Order: sequence, then structure tokens, then C-alpha cells
Amino acid sequence: MATEQTLESIPGIITHLQERFPDAVQPAPAPYQGAIVARDRLVEVATYLRDELEYRYLSNVTAVDYPQPVNGMPPCFDVVYHFFQSRGGPLTLHVQADRENPVVPSLAPLFPSALFQEREAWDLMGVRFEGHPDLRRILLWEGFDGHPLRKNWKEVYYEEEHKPFSSRFPEGRPVPAESRSPFGDNLRYPPGWSPRDWRPLVDVWGYAPHDELARQENPDHPADRVVLNMGPHHPSTHGVLRLLATLEGERIVKLEPMMGFLHRCHEKIGERNTWWGNIPYTDRLDYVCCMTNELPYVLAVEKLLGIEPPPRAQYIRVIMSEFTRFLNHAVSVGFMCNDMGVYFTVMLYALEEREHILDLFEMVSGSRLMSNYMRFGGVAHDMSEEAVALARALAFERLPRVVDMVDQYLTENEIFKARTVGVGVLPPEMAVAYGCTGPMLRGSGIPYDVRRAEPYAAYDELDFDIITAPEGDVYARYLVRLGEMRQSLRILQQALNRLPDGPIMAGKKSATLKVPAGEAYGRIEAPKGELGFYVVSDGGPNPYRYHIRAPSFVNLGVMEPICQGHLIADVVIILASVDITLGEVDR
Amino acid sequence: MYIGWNVLKALWITFRRFVETYIDDLKWLFKKGFGKRYTPETLPVRQHPLTKRGIFTVQYPQERLPLPERFRGFPFLVYDDETGKLRCTACGTCVRVCPPQCIWIVRATDPQTGKPLREPAEFYVDISICMNCGFCAEFCPFDAIKMGHEIEIAAFDRADLLLDLEKLRRPVSYDAQIHPTDYAQEQGRKGE
Repeated sequence: MATEQTLESIPGIITHLQERFPDAVQPAPAPYQGAIVARDRLVEVATYLRDELEYRYLSNVTAVDYPQPVNGMPPCFDVVYHFFQSRGGPLTLHVQADRENPVVPSLAPLFPSALFQEREAWDLMGVRFEGHPDLRRILLWEGFDGHPLRKNWKEVYYEEEHKPFSSRFPEGRPVPAESRSPFGDNLRYPPGWSPRDWRPLVDVWGYAPHDELARQENPDHPADRVVLNMGPHHPSTHGVLRLLATLEGERIVKLEPMMGFLHRCHEKIGERNTWWGNIPYTDRLDYVCCMTNELPYVLAVEKLLGIEPPPRAQYIRVIMSEFTRFLNHAVSVGFMCNDMGVYFTVMLYALEEREHILDLFEMVSGSRLMSNYMRFGGVAHDMSEEAVALARALAFERLPRVVDMVDQYLTENEIFKARTVGVGVLPPEMAVAYGCTGPMLRGSGIPYDVRRAEPYAAYDELDFDIITAPEGDVYARYLVRLGEMRQSLRILQQALNRLPDGPIMAGKKSATLKVPAGEAYGRIEAPKGELGFYVVSDGGPNPYRYHIRAPSFVNLGVMEPICQGHLIADVVIILASVDITLGEVDR
Repeated sequence: MYIGWNVLKALWITFRRFVETYIDDLKWLFKKGFGKRYTPETLPVRQHPLTKRGIFTVQYPQERLPLPERFRGFPFLVYDDETGKLRCTACGTCVRVCPPQCIWIVRATDPQTGKPLREPAEFYVDISICMNCGFCAEFCPFDAIKMGHEIEIAAFDRADLLLDLEKLRRPVSYDAQIHPTDYAQEQGRKGE
């Protein structure tokens, strides 16, 4: 039997699992981490992990396509799971599915956080999860041909497997993209599928279960049930999100978020791109907080490269992340008030502060939103004296006053409390099971923060508190955001006072970067929750697989349970308190 | 029934900010005279996080916020003021690092010998695809490509957004004017 000692580290846990399940678990071969689990024993192993070893949080589910053997992995679909405890790095499980008929048992009944993520893996990679209650496409539509993340799938403007495209140099003459594929040729339907026979309004677009529910009668409620569409063009969905709801009177019986309207297959673009080329693309994920989008990708690749940025770069990363957190929370609270009917007042106060922070970003990186600032082994530019002065003015003088103003404006406001207290209660067990992170999780009273659980950049040297609120309702999430704004300023003040001198890059930047073969999962505490990047390298100049675990996407999975029984007007506020950005949900 | 003391306190904050705009306007009026608040010279005061009061709107086409030196617009190619020779050697580094692949280069060849020369014959940047990431400028080994400060680029035709060598050329003096710190550092590096 394993002792307490061996269960402290990931290799110890894998050894323990191997002893416990001798014919089902074996350590993954060299460039890979974690363990390979037999397909038919996965549920058993996962149950043991959850119930006995305290691995309650399934962060990330994705799949990697190996048409040919790569890095010693046989031809298969490698389904990858990342489990976390309350501390430390990921426990990675690999399950190999047959290349011709990829079927893997679903973990959704055990870990509801897999509900959306397994649907995404089915949608983009075509891995079927047996036992999943509702395995439909999630980001693409039913008329889409094939599964785009498979290596043999090619897009319409397909030119070459990887960038840089050879048509550009040394004999490069521009071809307008639209001339290559005139309108009409860029649509391809699955075999046997025709848009004419498609009945979109009946079942495929998700109405069927709602219609079924609407036909049932409730003896306690005399009125008919109504199926209601909110969005995709609705101002309070913060983008293009469609919420399909069945109502009884004005109360929600069933609610289903449907997304994919902004989908651009970011991950396929990422696999075509070079390692460097992906950094500016990550800015386009969560377009509210650009700086924190780049950081986990850079951290993941740094793990593969084995480089450590110099201290000044670490501190600059902290400063940028915390300004981003402040900005995001201010805007989030502001927009929640907008959804609540406090039109524009708090929102514009928040946007005013955002302008100052964006000015700082522009001064430091060169762009307000698409900052493209983090680099492998450091940051792109040094913070000038002027930028440090502006950052100090903001962190020490201006922004503390703003937090106090928001606090005074909303915290005890009777109308605000009437709308938020007791609305959208998320119990802590459910928050963990659904994989919620960020203010959602801490608003349910669980003090889990990646900055503490697995410190990155310079967070282990800085002093800050993890804000929690026990109630789990919208008001608690607001209180957590407000508290985190204060903590962000506390971190910023320390970081600016201690900002060391020195270089900002480890080593030299090389345009043709090759990353050693292997896999890495880099994660940070983004303002919205845990943002993770899973990258696989085959040793080449491009990522072999590039997957994003978006906090907005996973947090949205809990919308249905927490909205049940609430008024339709409360759904708007609950959605605002989940704090999503559709660029990140749809990717 | 929910209208309570704290709602009034919140309204007081809004009211104070409302009155503040008028007080600030009056201050400028008495100190500097009519219409003096909205001039380009007062922008740094009106926009500074610690000194600004009241309305902070910028009346855009009439007045413009200064762009920081590091601002990334669209790429341009630097040539020497006197000789008119481009710094670019057509090495293709910018093509390799450009994430959306919006740069096309045709390398020049010697008409007599047919050997490739170290200069571009044609150079295209499609700024309708360009994502302003600045990698081309960052990785250029010869400081030949820089990110400009031009932001008003609307065109009626997409073809106008495809910049060729003629439209991309800018003199070194222009680079020194918009990037003073970087230019000084560059000169320092060359002096060593």
C-alpha cells in the first residue's frame, strides 16, 4: 500500500495507481507526462481518483489526433484529462481510442465539468463519448462536414500544412484570398446531408427537448409552458450567445446555452501557425483581458523549452496580469449593473478607469487591446520610466479611490441587494463538480486560486489574500470581485515597489524557434477563472496540438442548474455574474 | 420600499460627478478664458489620471490623443535619406514570423549574372490582413521594417490596402521623428 509520502507528488500518485490497478494504468512513455489508462477501466480509475485521492476537479478534457506515430504515440486518438487537487500540478491521464472508431467512456456522469468539454471534443475531433447524456455538436452546426481538428481535415483556403507558406518568399506575389475560392465553393456538406431536408426548427437546433417539456402539464401551474429564445442578438448576453429556455409563467424550467456563433477554429489556426505566431492570436480570445491570455500559452511553452524568465520580467508579468484583473472586474461589475437597469452609470465609471489602464498597456506594449506583449522567456519591451510612473499613479492613487467609490455605490445599495441576494445560488459541491473557477468558485466559499495552488511568475513572493464569500449567489460573486480588485491593487503596490532591475528576456529571441517534443499544460488564474493551454510539440517549428481550456466556456456549463426556478429577468443578472466573453467561449 | 439611505448615497455620487463637470468648466473659464479648456495643449491635463476633473471627452477629428512612441500601426520600410537605398536585404525573416502571412517579397536578381541580390525587387504588405502584431519589426535583423503611426487608412477599394514598395517607403528621418528613443538606442548600438 502506498504511504502518505508517495501520494504527495505526481509520480508517487501514478505509482500508487499502478499498484492499485495493475492491468489498467501504466506510466506514459518519455516525452509525455502522467499515465495511460485502459479505455474500459477509465471510469473506475476516475472514480477512485475522485473518491479516494481527492482529485475532485477535472479541469480539462481534450483529444489529440495521431494519424501517424508521433513522439512514440501509436496511431490513435489520445484523449487527455487533466485532474487537479487543491494544490500542485496536473495529473494527466491519457486514454487511447481507436483511430477508425474512436469511442471512449464518458466522465460526464462523474465530473459534470466534462459535459461541455466532451461535446467540444466530439464536435472538433470526432471522439465519441459513450454514456454522455447529450452528445451533440456544440460549436459547429449540424451541416458541418467532418471534424476540423483531425489532421486530415483541410480548410477552404488551404495552402500548406504549416506556416510560413512558401508562396510568400522568395517569389511572392499577392493573391487576394477571395479570388482563390469564389463565393459558393467554400461550403461542403456531409455526405447524405442536404440543407433542403434539414428541419432546423424542430430538433437539430435543440428545440426538441424543450417542446417535449412544454407539452407536459404541471398540475400546480395552470398556464402553458412557453419556449423562449434569448439571443443570439441580445444586449445582455455580452456577445452572441443564445439561451434557449422553457418557461413556466416567468420562471425557468429548462435553460440551455448555445454557442459557436463566433467560432473560428482558433485551435486549427494555432496548429498551422508557428510557435511565435500564436501569441498575438491569443489576444483575440478574451478580448477584455488581453495580457492574461498570452501568459498561460507562454508558460506552457516555457515548460517545454525549460527556460525561466528573469526576475524583472516576472514582476512585469505580475503587474500586467493584475492590471488586467482590475480592469476585467471593474468592467464586469459595470456591465452587470447595466444588465440590471442601472444604465451606463457604473459601466461608464468603469470604462473610464479601463481607459487609463489601456493607456498604460499601449505605452508599454504598443497596442491597447491586442497587446502581444509576453514572449517565451520574458516580455517584449521593458517598462519605461514614464510607464512605471503612470502605473504608480494608478495603483497608488487613482484606482483605490475607484474601488471605494464602487463599494460605496453598490455594496449596501438596497436596490442592488434586492436584485442580487439569493439569486443564482451555486452550492460549493456543484461548483467543484462543474469545474467552475475564478470568482464563481470563490463566490461559493472555496478558497481555490491558481496563484496559490500552483504559483507562476512572481506570485509566490507577493503577499495577498484569497477572497471568498460563502453564499454562492450573485451578490457573493460581486463581493469577491470587489475584494479581488482591492487585492490586485495590494499586489500591484508591492510589485511596483519591488520591481527589480535587469534584463527582461532570458536568452535571445530567434525567429525560427523549435520546441522540444513533449506536452505541457500551462495555467494561470485569469480574471474569469482558470485559463489553461495544453500544447503538444513534435519537435518542429509549429505546435502539434494547441488546446485552450477557456474559463468562460466551462463556467457557462453551470448556467442551467443555477438558473432553474428563477425569473427570466434574473437570468440576465446570473449570466452577467458568470462573467463570460464570447470570444473565449467560442474560440 | 427599497429606496433607502444607501440608494440616496449612491445618487449623491452621481450628482457630485455631474456638478463637478460644471465646476471644472467654470474654473477653466475664469482662469484661462472662454473656450480654452478644449484645446490640444490642455489634453495632458484633461487626460492625466491624477489631474483630470469633469468631462474628459476628446473631440476626435479636431483634437487627437498623442500616440505613444511604441504604438504599433502598420509596417513601413526604412530608406536612407541621402542615398535613397532601402535597408531591407530581402532576407525573408519578416515573412517567416508574420502570423497572418500578409507579407510577400520578390527578391531582386542581378540582370547580368542572374544571381539573387540583397535587396527586394517587390515588397507587398496586405494591411487588410495585417494584425499589427509588430513581429516583423521586432525580428528584423537590419532594423529595416518599423511599425508606423498611421491609423486613418480607410479605403474605398480593397486593392488600395495592398501596399507595394512605393507606398511602404519612409525615410530614416521619419523613423527618428516618430520613434525618438528607439532611434537613439539604435544609433548607440551602431556606434559600439
